Amino acid sequence: MNNDLLHGELVRLAAENPEVMAGHFSRWNQDAGWVRFLDTEPSRLLSEKKWKEWLEKDLEKGPSDQIFFAIRTLEDDTLIGFIGLFDLFMQHGDAFVAIALGERKYWGKGYGADAMRVMLGYAFSELNLRRVSLIVFEYNPRAIRSYEKVGFVHEGRIREVLQRDGKRWDFLYMGILREEWLAKESMTS
Amino acid sequence: MSIDTQLFEGKLIRLSPIDHEKDPAVESRWTHDLSLQRALSRRVAMPLSIAQVKKKYEAIEKEVEESHRLFHFTIRGREDGRLIGFVRIEGIEWTHGVCSLKLAIGDPADRGKGYGSEALQLTLRFAFRELNLYRVSAVVTEDNPEAVTFFQKFNFVEEVRRRKAILRDGQTWDSIHLGLLRDEWQATQMIGGVDHEQ
Repeated sequence: MNNDLLHGELVRLAAENPEVMAGHFSRWNQDAGWVRFLDTEPSRLLSEKKWKEWLEKDLEKGPSDQIFFAIRTLEDDTLIGFIGLFDLFMQHGDAFVAIALGERKYWGKGYGADAMRVMLGYAFSELNLRRVSLIVFEYNPRAIRSYEKVGFVHEGRIREVLQRDGKRWDFLYMGILREEWLAKESMTS
Repeated sequence: MSIDTQLFEGKLIRLSPIDHEKDPAVESRWTHDLSLQRALSRRVAMPLSIAQVKKKYEAIEKEVEESHRLFHFTIRGREDGRLIGFVRIEGIEWTHGVCSLKLAIGDPADRGKGYGSEALQLTLRFAFRELNLYRVSAVVTEDNPEAVTFFQKFNFVEEVRRRKAILRDGQTWDSIHLGLLRDEWQATQMIGGVDHEQ
């Protein structure tokens, strides 16, 4: 039995107060490239104050169909990004995952993949989900490789769903089933 | 198609607003057939009272007005105005010109009569010619093969299968995503070199 579900090899997942996340969100959302990897909506450059209000409103709503955590490094506890489950359908055991590292100097070093593995452990061991999905934009090959490494399988493409810089781009859908995750885990442990 | 083409008028049906007086009793009756709700959504299916449907209609019209991302039309008999079903253009992303679509014919006795096909044709023309959208998506469940065939008849392409995403009656089913691009829709309007889009 794993009693340390929130710790990986490089990062841990943590719950943070609105005032902590608000400053980071406001800063990260000024990085237009980061927003374009993460979201179909354009960045609105919301202030730190507005982010705090938004997160506090979310807090009042209580448990919903979303679970979000901050990602902190184990080496010096730096807050480098967030990861969350959304569209959580407990009766079907199905959810989507989204991850973003706002601190660019941690990209391409395995921090995201580590956080994803921790989140999947939580999703399959604590929430007892049967599968986890994600959507990644076709112009983000770094993320696609990272998800493949973790064990996500390609499930199709939503054609030409985004328009950016005058071009149309696909969504890639990827998914991992509980049994695929367990097989992968037993191979590494 | 001319500038005063009646976008909401078909031969058998028309697209109309909600009737807050008469529709709730009809839709409440439909919701007691859980198979319809299961076909439309992954949410827990449950019957709705007339009062609950009234509240739902108010929430729908509030969302239509405030979000600018939703169109909700009822489907009615062209002559008698009888409520047959509804169609929704949801989740519109204006930046990218995309949306998803839901269509329901409430009473099983009204299915297979061409009402749904005509409603879909009107809705697609509205989406591509009035809203100027670039693509329309639809999500259906593997346990509803009629819906897959229905959308494919109108040139929708199967794009994604989220494996085993639905658990019902102890069985798992894929969630199937279909998509139709404006050009692909346009091709269906020009069959035999004749523009059928009048």
